[in-house]
Amino acid sequence: MINFQYVQATDVADAVRQTDGDPRARFVAGGTNLIDLMKMEVEQPTRVIDITRLPLRQVEPTPSGGLRIGALVPNTDLAYHPLVEERYPVLSSAIMAGASQQLRNMASTGGNLLQRTRCAYFYDVATPCNKRTPGTGCSAIEGLNRGHAILGTSQACIAVHPSDMCVAMMMLDATVHVTGPTGDRVVPFADFHRLPGDAPQRDTNLNPGEIITAVELPPKGFASHHTYLKIRDRLSYAFALVAIAAGLDLDGDTIKEGRFALGGIAHKPWRDPKAEAVLRGQPANAATFTRAADVLLRDARGYKYNTFKIDLARRCIVRALGQAARATPQSQSHKKIA
Amino acid sequence: MAGYIGTSQSRIDGVKKVTGAAKYAAEFNAPGLAYGSIVASTIAKGRIVHIDTSGAKRVPSVIDVITHQNRPSMADNDKAYKDDVAPLGSPFRPLYDNRVMFNGQPIALVVAETSEVARDAASRIRVEYTEEPHVTNLFQQLDATISVPQPTNPSEAVFTPPSARGTPEQALASAAVRHEGTYYVPIENHNAMELFTATAVYEPGGKLTVYNKTQGVQNVQRYVCGVFGMKPEDVRVLSPFMGGGFGSGLRPNFEVVLAVQAALALRRPVRVVLTRPQMYALGYRPAMLQRIAIGANSGGTLDAITHDVITVTSQNETFFRQETGWSALLYKSANATYAHRLARLDRPTSSDQRAPGAATAVYALECAMDELAVALKIDPLDLRMRCYSDRDQIRDRPYSSKALRECYAQGAAAFGWDKRNPAPRSMRDDGDLVGWGMATGVWDATQMPITVRIALSAIGHAEVACATSDIGTGTYTIMAQVAADSLGIPLENVSIKLGDSALPPSPVEGGSWIAASVSNGIATTAAAIRENLLQIAKTMPNTPLANVGPDDVALAGGDLVSRLDATRAVAIVDVMQHGGIDRIAQEKTTSPVQDEDRAHNTHSATFAEVKVDEQLGVIRVARVVSAVAAGRILNTKTAASQILGSVVWGIGMALQEETLIDHRFGRVMNANIAEYHVPVNADVYDIKVIFVDEPDDSNPLGVKGLGEIGLVGVAAAIANAVYHATGKRVRDLPITLDKVIGVA
Repeated sequence: MINFQYVQATDVADAVRQTDGDPRARFVAGGTNLIDLMKMEVEQPTRVIDITRLPLRQVEPTPSGGLRIGALVPNTDLAYHPLVEERYPVLSSAIMAGASQQLRNMASTGGNLLQRTRCAYFYDVATPCNKRTPGTGCSAIEGLNRGHAILGTSQACIAVHPSDMCVAMMMLDATVHVTGPTGDRVVPFADFHRLPGDAPQRDTNLNPGEIITAVELPPKGFASHHTYLKIRDRLSYAFALVAIAAGLDLDGDTIKEGRFALGGIAHKPWRDPKAEAVLRGQPANAATFTRAADVLLRDARGYKYNTFKIDLARRCIVRALGQAARATPQSQSHKKIA
Repeated sequence: MAGYIGTSQSRIDGVKKVTGAAKYAAEFNAPGLAYGSIVASTIAKGRIVHIDTSGAKRVPSVIDVITHQNRPSMADNDKAYKDDVAPLGSPFRPLYDNRVMFNGQPIALVVAETSEVARDAASRIRVEYTEEPHVTNLFQQLDATISVPQPTNPSEAVFTPPSARGTPEQALASAAVRHEGTYYVPIENHNAMELFTATAVYEPGGKLTVYNKTQGVQNVQRYVCGVFGMKPEDVRVLSPFMGGGFGSGLRPNFEVVLAVQAALALRRPVRVVLTRPQMYALGYRPAMLQRIAIGANSGGTLDAITHDVITVTSQNETFFRQETGWSALLYKSANATYAHRLARLDRPTSSDQRAPGAATAVYALECAMDELAVALKIDPLDLRMRCYSDRDQIRDRPYSSKALRECYAQGAAAFGWDKRNPAPRSMRDDGDLVGWGMATGVWDATQMPITVRIALSAIGHAEVACATSDIGTGTYTIMAQVAADSLGIPLENVSIKLGDSALPPSPVEGGSWIAASVSNGIATTAAAIRENLLQIAKTMPNTPLANVGPDDVALAGGDLVSRLDATRAVAIVDVMQHGGIDRIAQEKTTSPVQDEDRAHNTHSATFAEVKVDEQLGVIRVARVVSAVAAGRILNTKTAASQILGSVVWGIGMALQEETLIDHRFGRVMNANIAEYHVPVNADVYDIKVIFVDEPDDSNPLGVKGLGEIGLVGVAAAIANAVYHATGKRVRDLPITLDKVIGVA
């Protein structure tokens, strides 16, 4: 543990100002990840800025027909929001696939984007970890890596991003609205999280002092053909081995547009335009889905304990796209796989 | 004597528990209470060269930092550290010297005015070590195993492998059908809900009252006296409630030593609560690697069993149980041989965990029997019936009772086993592969010497006192039920005192023996009270009980009444008035009747249905039927809860549980209950519990105990169901989906 300064921010500008350029300042909203990490001495903030009073709790339709989600909207409220359930059911489903009811009640939308990896070495300060302490080495590459990445890894880090919600947002082409010392900007979801490269300590492309204010969903929600399929080591309250958010736009049996993003296999929600291109104009069947899976996984690489994930991911892609095509999305309460 | 025994009774302490009135070890306060936070080693083996405590001591409100360099005086011989259930060897001594014997070992205790400050300061302690090479991987020690020590007395002999019989090698070689397999169960931690805690209250004059999470308050009392050279009258240990033990609280754990060290050093009350990760530095179910071979003749009866196991222990102690005792006991086989070797690891000493030995070894036996049934092309249940033995196969003696046949029959009927298609991958439901598996369970029915005090008042209130623990199983409630029936008073007129070392002696609560021990203990003491009343009653003028013998009276409805003639009765209040007393107290010790000519066991049959997604390997345990033969059931509600909990545990053992160690660091890497998986509600579907009738005369009440039997065989039934569903045999637990994916 470490002593830190606790301050409350009154509005977004105040929150940004209070970071004061300090890279060890942290915003706290639900606290469902940050507080754990502080107890484990992984996060050692100098200043914790409480942003729970900021006016970022609205879910509002946008003029273009999309949806703007305030950064402080709790996961539970978002999952059960009528407009989300109606227009973006894959997002509701992804949120309900994650964590537990108690955690979802506390966790915020913005905080969910900033969840840190569950790699056991990252969490244990007694072991080397480049993400926690750059330059100390990656314990997972030669260690217990059953839950680790098969795509986009580096010599420095093979950790995975743990969020379910982000996988659906990635599939939906969401954008992240950010305010910082130099003003506002909008970051495409695909550019928000980073691959580890040689700087695994950086999970995202947020700059120091920047705060997430909202996530915006474009109009297209794939409400009729979608699914969120999460495979894990027990039937609830476990992080994904492989998860997939899928959406199809069908003309009869022909795919006009197909999208799918995967969780649990990379340092960021993983989406591949080349794999989605395989779907376009093709019949919605297992052969098509398998070809798309093979493209997405073409560079997949397994480590000692996680090679099975390559095969599992391929099977999940085929199954999930099939669920979406049949309009039988995976239920998150009934655990039989649709 | 009937009324409450055998009925469904809610816990008498249930309201206290759900309202928070039941106080656990971390909830007892004392003026001036200080808080200890443990600093744990980050290496697996070596020496502490230097501990820099200056950063911790600079934190305001830190009182002291206790290390091996400034701890209070402690005993210097192993004997002093041997608790009642210590294994052979040299027990770990917390903060004794600079040696590090396992990763996560406590090496310092920071004591502060608040727990937050203590924890903060603990993070500021810097330690320098000299490291030594360590081994924490069983598979690296396979060439260096040792055989379990030869027993030096009968109590040790119960833990050594059964003697061989016949000529197993030849029988195996000539068997018509053989199955051989290697099965593996990893290290599993207990993960009880309540964290281990000790609140040591230093009293003026140097006496200690210690509130400790433990399954044996008197064991802890003797241990503290041994370690710190104190007198029994100066140490009182209390554990009125316990949030789950499962064997992890049989031995005193290091938190009690640390709390007492600090309390003695500082002469003030100190509380030490382990963090969840620190719980993984305690005892654990030893990993078991086992090779089992069974040979059968074409008629489907066994000719030979060989069962060799390797388990793990620490470098300093030699913990083992009679792992092969169950495979030796259960099935008829003229030829058999058993072996047990140990691998020493640089880890804490392994320990008892729910059905120790049986849960792991019967898992292998029952999977092997399933594989043999497949080889023989006969139904797995049919194979068990053909190999059924009415005699204990180790010592060739009858059982006091064995209603396993009824377990098979009633369990199979409730499950619908007769509708099973024997071919693997033959049954489906809505696209899922369906598998049905079954297994047998066996455990001990043991009774231990115990002392119970009862004080009965003239107006019919009873206080029942015994130092036993209620580790969450419902001991309070069954004690009250037995006392109420024995004394003929309403349940709500009974108050129970337990979990206090000052109460009459009890063994540790373990081995499923407390229900039988304490219930018969209560009956004995109640009989003494009855006799006492009768003696007084006989002196009353015109007494109607003049010629009635002590066995011919009962206590019922506030009267002392003849069993032969209910009109001959006197009111207890009148008896006491005549005797000039307002209460009668008796304290009696009850020991089990020596009955070595018969075996005493509980049995079970578990039937499990799994549904497996053929493409993705996701396994759901859709249905479990557990039929249990455990003598007389004292309370059908708390008993069923024990079995339900066991089945849930078995689901975890089969599919989820594994303590993951990074052997480079010798360190547990999933030391929390988010990453160490046990079943959540979503993993648990329909579970049906059946208790079959099993009259038993081993003790007056016919009680056997059932805290452990419900677990034995569950993992095997599920593993066998997974095979039946998928056609794939997985012999190493847990059966995670990667082991069955791709069966399509």
